Amino acid sequence: MSVKDLIAPFSVWKRAFEKPYTTMDPIDERPGAPRYRGFHTNQMDICIGCGTCETVCQNAAIDLVPVEGQTTRHGDSGLRPRVDYGRCCWCALCVDICPTSSLGMSNEYIWVDTDPDAFRYVPGADEKPWDENELGYAPAEGYELLEKKRVEMEMLEPEEGVSSFKELVQGYSAEQAKIEADRCVACGICVATCPAHMDVPGYIEAIRDDDIPRGLRITYESNPMPASCGRVCTHSCEYVCTKGHNDGEPISIRWLKRYIADQIYAQDYEEILPQPEPDNGKQIAVIGSGPGGLSAAYYLRQLGYEITVYDARDLPGGMLRYGIPEYRLPYDQIAKDIDYIRSLGVTVLQEHMVGRDVGFETLYRDYDAIFFATGLPNPYTMGIEGEDHPRVLSGLTVLDDVTAGRDPGLGHRIAVIGGGNVAMDAARTARRLGCEVSILYRRRIEDMPADEEEITEAREENVRIVPQAIPVRVEDAGNDQAAFVWGEAEMVDQGEGKRPKPVLIEGSHHREVYDSIISAIGQDADYSFLPEEVLAKITVERGRVSVDRFGATGDPKVFAGGDITNTKRDAISAIANGHLAARGIDRQLLKLNSRKQRI
Amino acid sequence: MSDTRLYKGIDTRYIPEEPEYVEFDAAERGGPGDRGADVGETGAPDVDLESGKYLKLWQGPNHPGITGNMSVELTVSGDTVWGLKTHVGYLHRGFEKLMERRTYIQNFPLVCRICVPEPDFNEYLYAASVEDLAGLEVPEKAGWLRILTLEMARLTSYLQWIGGQIGAFGVGTVGQWTITHRDYMLDLFEELTGGRIYHMYIIPGGVRGDLPEGFEERMEALLVKIEKLLSEIDLAMFHNAVFKTRAKGLGVITRDMIDRYGITGPNARAAGVARDIRKDQPYLGYDELDFEVVTAQNSDAYDRAWVRRQEMQQSVSLIRQILKRIPKTGPIHTKLPNVLHWRIPPGQTWHRAECTRGEYGYYMVADGTIYPRRVYVRGPSYTHAIAVMEKLAVGTNIADIAGLMVSLHTYPPEIER
Repeated sequence: MSVKDLIAPFSVWKRAFEKPYTTMDPIDERPGAPRYRGFHTNQMDICIGCGTCETVCQNAAIDLVPVEGQTTRHGDSGLRPRVDYGRCCWCALCVDICPTSSLGMSNEYIWVDTDPDAFRYVPGADEKPWDENELGYAPAEGYELLEKKRVEMEMLEPEEGVSSFKELVQGYSAEQAKIEADRCVACGICVATCPAHMDVPGYIEAIRDDDIPRGLRITYESNPMPASCGRVCTHSCEYVCTKGHNDGEPISIRWLKRYIADQIYAQDYEEILPQPEPDNGKQIAVIGSGPGGLSAAYYLRQLGYEITVYDARDLPGGMLRYGIPEYRLPYDQIAKDIDYIRSLGVTVLQEHMVGRDVGFETLYRDYDAIFFATGLPNPYTMGIEGEDHPRVLSGLTVLDDVTAGRDPGLGHRIAVIGGGNVAMDAARTARRLGCEVSILYRRRIEDMPADEEEITEAREENVRIVPQAIPVRVEDAGNDQAAFVWGEAEMVDQGEGKRPKPVLIEGSHHREVYDSIISAIGQDADYSFLPEEVLAKITVERGRVSVDRFGATGDPKVFAGGDITNTKRDAISAIANGHLAARGIDRQLLKLNSRKQRI
Repeated sequence: MSDTRLYKGIDTRYIPEEPEYVEFDAAERGGPGDRGADVGETGAPDVDLESGKYLKLWQGPNHPGITGNMSVELTVSGDTVWGLKTHVGYLHRGFEKLMERRTYIQNFPLVCRICVPEPDFNEYLYAASVEDLAGLEVPEKAGWLRILTLEMARLTSYLQWIGGQIGAFGVGTVGQWTITHRDYMLDLFEELTGGRIYHMYIIPGGVRGDLPEGFEERMEALLVKIEKLLSEIDLAMFHNAVFKTRAKGLGVITRDMIDRYGITGPNARAAGVARDIRKDQPYLGYDELDFEVVTAQNSDAYDRAWVRRQEMQQSVSLIRQILKRIPKTGPIHTKLPNVLHWRIPPGQTWHRAECTRGEYGYYMVADGTIYPRRVYVRGPSYTHAIAVMEKLAVGTNIADIAGLMVSLHTYPPEIER
């Protein structure tokens, strides 16, 4: 102890003359730091209500709730996050993980209210003073919680691809599939959009867990043709995938489904999948062995019905086999799906065309119910002069010939008219037969109904695509060739919500000589096998049979599905139709309470 | 002076000298035995409550020092404390159990709450344990940003502590200055991490943000302020007759207690034990930084305060060194697997770091699921606030209890996780 120890403490007086340290709110403003984690903001038009914020929130402070002005549609649950500030801890993990990056945080931190319920609000929907704040927390550059890029699928090089009918897509390895499956946030937005409402997050989780049998069981709950669908599905799920937002790439849902089917040998299916209930003594006839018919057959068989499938062709599969070329869907993969369905006791009678080999009336009399999914076998005509020229072929016929192993006799230089999947398949099949191929389409490339990847791959395979080309007439060019005359089109705006219409520009005609002209502009149904008295009871509108959700027509014994009933006209929609029709038939025949769902 | 390099360019006139070692004389302050109590074989006073000589007195749980909600039950006779029992449970939130029911990413915003004044050590240890079990490498820049926040946290925590230490002896002025300077530090935390108290910055895989524009300059300006503050604290506290009289000889931790009680941190260093995990088992970049372990000899409240005051200066120096070393470019975060269903393979790990109060450790067991099987948090306060405090309090006066508690620098939430 010294004198200094008594005097030194008095030096604190120096500080007494300093300016006070305190901020005098509200006279002095003290905004939060630029990256302060303050009150939430949400961009309602970007948010899709996927609920990933709700999943990650460890305080359960976020609930997804319906919000006025937001409607449920494909790719949007219609719900929006509601934050409860009685629970929130401002960790901002919800902001970090938001796949659309719609959720943010402002740097505002002062909010006074006498009503405690006010602090539970929907950011973006309930207007707040900080909604337009530009400052506030956002994930830093170089810090991302979710992987945006998908695992690239290995494919044959275009040069190698066009040299044979070998399958282009090589499939994921176990390691790749697990990495891809890991990207999924399991929000289920895809489930609502999938026509068959497959439990996509469920089977993706099974891949992550490396429990492939469980994955197969989940796919068979809503889709009995995973090997085929895993290859050629139109994957509307991927277009709405949450991960596809904010510059991300959607999960490869289709390839993951294929991965599951590819991992299990056909002979092991029986052990893994549920076996049919005992026969219940009722018999159902299914007309057509495409995806719709086979799906109905599978689910009805599971319920114990005795199923007979009548098919006009020599092999089952319908358009999967005769409409889709082998390089997209190898025949052994169709067989894998179909053989399993047959192994459950489903009888498929080949070359039994209803209306030709067996009468519809006979089936109507002999069976308890009939499900028909006969598809669209009749090609549309172009409706132009000279169309009946022998060198004008239909796309379906060409694909059919190739499937059956016949030479379609195309020649060298060919044109394909149309922009749908059949046009692409015909064009790419022709490339594999060594032809030089041009596709001519009325509208722009972005208007083509074909899958985007089909268009890209067709281009990679050196298929020439001529958009905005309107067919004018076909002329005989001698030398077993035909000349195709087409005119340039301009796109005329048809007002909001309607797609622009191509209008021929006068005097812009081109004349090109081809060995063959393949017309693939769509197909129509054929109802000639239906007898008058049945036709009188069912309604056919614009070529489509009107059915309810469960495929029921006006005749209580007759159900329908597939391309003849739905507008999407793809395999997965047909499978969904078949599944629902199985439910409908089951309810009809067993007089079940309609709420009870047996399959 | 243990590390003169720290004081380059600073007015050293008032820096207190390292206290000389004085053999502690129990009779000077008076242990219970010297005041006529019955002392049993263990040396603990034999208190007969029926005798009418003793009184039970509770301090707390309303922040008896600046330590957090904890209470001490005193047995007093007159002004002399004959026994002390620590009671905790006022801050129990069951973090360790909660963590077993939350995914690895969901635990990240949870751990900072285990020790409010220094959340960053929890964040670092949690992240390091997860990264170890998951086999993740952290980018270099993220490592330096982590060590920066750890040293900032140390300085912030000491600023709060020093005000409490002198405040417990009746000098409130220093606390007003230091809490203000702590707030200036929190301003910088806010800029860097987006939060003032719970920074939630050190995330498994790296950190959540880069240094903001102009951060180094603002930090340097604050460090200069803090150095000025420290020299004033030297005058007001370490050259203060009141503090010296009351703190010297108070709560002596003898050397043989160090290992028996598991005492770490400044409490051990003030007893001359040069133990510091930053040196003994360097983590992050501490082995590349220039600093020396501060020790003292007397092991009383004054020496412990002195050691911590030196470590504040040390932190200032370390922050300067770290800011120079943070790479200008480079990644700040390693890509994690999808955190929503992140499974960590079975394994166990133990990570430790030197926090202001001593050795802080995280033991983690993963079982291959999306949740940790067990997370065990071991902070130094458990020993310091219970066993050590109960021992040291005997023989002191009621008025010394608050000062003694603060001199052990304990934070109850880490006792009761």
